[in-house]
Amino acid sequence: MLHRRSNPLLVLSLAAAMIAACSGRHDRERPGAGAAGSSAAAAGSRSVTVKGSDTMVILAQKWAERFMQENEGQTVQVSGGGSGTGIAALLNGTADLANSSRPIKDRERADLQAQRHTDAREFRVALDALAIYVNSANTIPALTLAQIKSIYRGQVANWREVGGPDAPIVLYSRENNSGTYAYFKEHVLDDEDFAATAQTLQGTAAVINSVARDVGGIGYGGIAYAQGVRAIPIKLESGELVAPTMANAVSGHYPISRFLYIYSAGEPSGVARAYIDFVLSAAGQGLVEGVGFYPLPREAAVPTPAPAPTPAAAGTP
Amino acid sequence: MTTAGATPTSPVDDVAPLGRAASASFATPPSAATRPPLGQSFKTPLSHRIAERVIQGLAFTAIAAIVLIFVFIAREALPMFWEHGFAEEVRLADLFAPRAWRGYDVPVYMWQPVGGVPKFNIVPLFIGSLKVTGLAMLFSVPIGIGCAIFVALYLPERAREFVKPVVELLAGVPSVVLGFFALMVLATWAQDAFGFQFRLNAVVAALGLTLAIVPIIFTISEDALQAVPKSLHDAALALGARKYQIALRVVVPAALPGIAAGVILGFGRAIGETMIVLMASGNAAVMEPFNPTSSVRTVTATIAAELGEVANGDPHWRVLFLLGVLLFTVTFFLNLASAIVVRRLQRKLSAT
Repeated sequence: MLHRRSNPLLVLSLAAAMIAACSGRHDRERPGAGAAGSSAAAAGSRSVTVKGSDTMVILAQKWAERFMQENEGQTVQVSGGGSGTGIAALLNGTADLANSSRPIKDRERADLQAQRHTDAREFRVALDALAIYVNSANTIPALTLAQIKSIYRGQVANWREVGGPDAPIVLYSRENNSGTYAYFKEHVLDDEDFAATAQTLQGTAAVINSVARDVGGIGYGGIAYAQGVRAIPIKLESGELVAPTMANAVSGHYPISRFLYIYSAGEPSGVARAYIDFVLSAAGQGLVEGVGFYPLPREAAVPTPAPAPTPAAAGTP
Repeated sequence: MTTAGATPTSPVDDVAPLGRAASASFATPPSAATRPPLGQSFKTPLSHRIAERVIQGLAFTAIAAIVLIFVFIAREALPMFWEHGFAEEVRLADLFAPRAWRGYDVPVYMWQPVGGVPKFNIVPLFIGSLKVTGLAMLFSVPIGIGCAIFVALYLPERAREFVKPVVELLAGVPSVVLGFFALMVLATWAQDAFGFQFRLNAVVAALGLTLAIVPIIFTISEDALQAVPKSLHDAALALGARKYQIALRVVVPAALPGIAAGVILGFGRAIGETMIVLMASGNAAVMEPFNPTSSVRTVTATIAAELGEVANGDPHWRVLFLLGVLLFTVTFFLNLASAIVVRRLQRKLSAT
């Protein structure tokens, strides 16, 4: 599953940033020639390659930039391609670290064991919660996941049918290259189609903006953006209302939230270790919110134990 | 050296052989006219011949560029017809025909290219493009031509010298700015005024496009109206015609090829415009050809929004390039057809 979040403009600017990063790397590495070619996992290497989730690529780019500013002469190369691509690169040794917006699969873990004779080491690096937004004037108390699904499938056309005011529902969605779109389609719509009338916008900010202006609007996106709109609680099957708060997201209580991960093959060392330490540090976590995710709460920041054969360590439903 | 290729905006040059002879004599350099016709004066200097070759070369480069662009776009799209990987994921018929997918009671035209079962029906996208373009033309043709007639025939010279550059200035506004204006201001205004259910819809996008097209139609039409010889105007006046009669029965018909060229250029700009529709149309691929108040997703906006993140060689990638090929072909033939229409008009007018 490729998680895609960025829009073309971002891709362009990212590409420019990467080119800049690459040229910078060559300048710095000229004295210590030969370091770039070998697998950077080897101790003593001064560069590290990070590959994977497109959802995380902007966040990872931010981390890498700051990390390189603070550690002169050490370089981090970030690229996207999707969570699966990143983990595959970890398997064949072309990347040192893999960004992933989903937990590693058992099969991937076994492949790593077979090919690299080492276990996948998992680091939770950020938290991503999807909030459901409605207009501030909308009095709907909460929605169940099933109701949200039928709304976005186009089967429910009026707020009255789900316990709200008498107003037609206007659907706002994201462009289909967005990771948020893919996540929502997979986890809320059970991979069924959005209604054709769902308007697709270029970013979560645009969704919020539209919902804020539209009395009948509904949208979804990262909780960090919720300004001028109301993020409604999700009604669980038990009848309990769960608000999209950080605490509920962390406990796994809020049904549409997920951790974002970095995986390494075996215990990371050298620059890779320093990079992960930076990511988990207060400075690294401080960058998370600016990109629209939740920083890790204290208790979740503790990495899962190294020899963790328990795939259930993920914590997402 | 041919002087017969008069500019399309001044059709009167072609009206009579007399006019052509006059323009030819103007085109010859004055030095050649004054110099005695010695044998060497007929020989073009080397520098002129070089310049001609360079200009020819540049012209052919432009043609070659267009051909190559088409070839490269087609090369990315066409493997869909024989590639095994494509056939495994997508049936070619599903690109054009509706289908009752699992979970649907009736056959639907569905553009939903990402997901477990990608659905690549391109019909709603073309409906969207044509709908927005049609609406934009509906708004901008009367405004543009009316404005041109008013400025060319009714405004005093000094006011015209002020108004024309101001309207033309609008043509220089970047389309992102127009799109942003449509998204933030026009959409709210239109929803308040007309009570649209969808804030971003075909009408709003068409209004945004109108801002981009009106200056084009206006400026070309105005030039064409100006190019109509004053003698026609004066003759009509002498026959006792009223001002509106002169405008509508004499000057506008004489300038019709130029006006048509302006409208066609405006149409080309409208169907190819990306940023304004991307921002202001709502981008929902709905299949409602005759409902102007629903959101639309145009071909151009789809390519712009999706191409950045598609894996090279993926079925989705191929379909996006197919959209490009079709858009290219459609606009090419529209331009061709319009060129023929303009030429027919010209011939018809010059025959009388």
